[in-house]
Amino acid sequence: MTAQGEVLLVGAAVTAPGFALTAPISFWGGVDPKSGTISDPRHPEHGTRLAGLALMIPATVGSSSAAAILLELVHGGRAPAAVILHEPDAILLLGLIVAKEMGMQTPIAIRLDRDQFAALHGHELQISESGLLRSA
Amino acid sequence: MAVTLTTEERAIAGGSLGEGAAMAMRIVAETARLMGAQQLIAIESAHIDGALYHGDSGTLFAETLVAGGAKVSVRSTLNVGAIDLTGCSRNRLPAHEHAMASRMMTAYRLLGCEQTWTCAPYQAGHRPRFGAQVAWGESNAVAFCNSVLGARTNRYGDFLDIACAIAGRAPDYGLHRTENRRASVVFDVSKLDHTFLYSDIAWPILGHLYGRLIGDAVGVVSGLNFRPWEDLLKAFGAAAASAGAVGLFHVAGATPEAGDEAIALHFRPPLERIMVTPDMVLDAQRRLSTADRADRIDAVAIGSPHLSLEEFDMLRRLMGGRKTAVPIYACTGRHVVKVLERDGHRQELEALGVVIVADTCVVVTPILPDTPGAILMTNSGKFAHYAPSNTGYAVLYGSLADCVESAVVGVPMFGVQS
Repeated sequence: MTAQGEVLLVGAAVTAPGFALTAPISFWGGVDPKSGTISDPRHPEHGTRLAGLALMIPATVGSSSAAAILLELVHGGRAPAAVILHEPDAILLLGLIVAKEMGMQTPIAIRLDRDQFAALHGHELQISESGLLRSA
Repeated sequence: MAVTLTTEERAIAGGSLGEGAAMAMRIVAETARLMGAQQLIAIESAHIDGALYHGDSGTLFAETLVAGGAKVSVRSTLNVGAIDLTGCSRNRLPAHEHAMASRMMTAYRLLGCEQTWTCAPYQAGHRPRFGAQVAWGESNAVAFCNSVLGARTNRYGDFLDIACAIAGRAPDYGLHRTENRRASVVFDVSKLDHTFLYSDIAWPILGHLYGRLIGDAVGVVSGLNFRPWEDLLKAFGAAAASAGAVGLFHVAGATPEAGDEAIALHFRPPLERIMVTPDMVLDAQRRLSTADRADRIDAVAIGSPHLSLEEFDMLRRLMGGRKTAVPIYACTGRHVVKVLERDGHRQELEALGVVIVADTCVVVTPILPDTPGAILMTNSGKFAHYAPSNTGYAVLYGSLADCVESAVVGVPMFGVQS
């Protein structure tokens, strides 16, 4: 199947496994910046490694330090390959804006309705620079 | 999503004032675009929460701004860092983290920020005027600045706070705009006992309840028959902002945009009126404590937000010259330590077993001993919220008088007369 998202922050085209979170996530206190895994034991995807995933995020919660964690993931080479959000979240995406300013390679960020997440989950996704997602 | 920059803003983003200023302006403009702001607005001051170490990349970001010649263009105070630079207290940070945290604090100083290192800048002489547009970080400071001072800020976080301070601009959306400052929910406390409402123990509990019920909406506390003093509003805001994403609250008859309930509601009906009952308060009070037993304590921590001089006076009065059996960690800013030292009170308190912690606090950096299964007693709704996950200590919540008496006796005491 295909889905057309809206590009929030530009990034290179990429092919990566689609992974949809089933609950909102707090990056600060919810993702371990050192290992890049979901560290909040109350999160249903606890233990998932985010590196290299086309990560679909239904909602974000929590601290304004989320950007610092995402920047730390990019800096350490443990960031998702693409960040797909139901709603634009400036606090989180700021991590990518800053990473780009510091000359790091950053993943593309796309807005896509969360109703479409389930159909893309578990598939290898080809993601274009214009925000088109195609499952192989 | 289109944001229109002025000719001057575009020139700065292009490098007319140097690469550091350009980077800051581009970060502010990109955020404005993402949030659907149509323009940037000039700001008068900033309070920077971004100098607390979370990882090496944050230090490198600040150093990139320094290398690019950036300087803040408005008055900018600093929130806590990870290190007590006054030397009042010691932390257990590993060598690499300590070095990177120290470099980060230096970088923010070089950017021109004032070395206040406090989460209560509004009690350290930084009080924006009513209606001023500002960019403040740190959730309790944001809540106080918006609610008690009536200045206007969104909840700024890492990177954006310093970018706004350098650019002297902020994206025009959210709580910067009058229409978004209207209360839509009434938090009615008229059914509660007024002796309780007049006590310091009430306000972190009410704040915690308010934050959990109201989240990121704007509400108005209604039904008080007195005007709560500043330290009560400070405790309320801190608890509310840690339990929910509260950036602005009103208190009818007490805060500047709420002459009365109707004014806070902009003369429109509320979406909801929450009648707060004594049972709701008891439940919220129970939630603030996480320890499953109340038969011992290992430490007491107070000062989130940082203690004011008035709160230190109360602490000294309650101690009454008695030595503590377990240590009291009293977190504050260097603006207060200076006065305590001048008056001989720091030395007096330390001799009684009080550990004064300046520039930082016990939930953001490892100061408390690493003791498995330890129990911390606190009078702070914010410490109660963060201590379990950040320090591993279970929490018992009580009033300041309870905390002091418990530290002196060495076992938890509740309901102590203040």
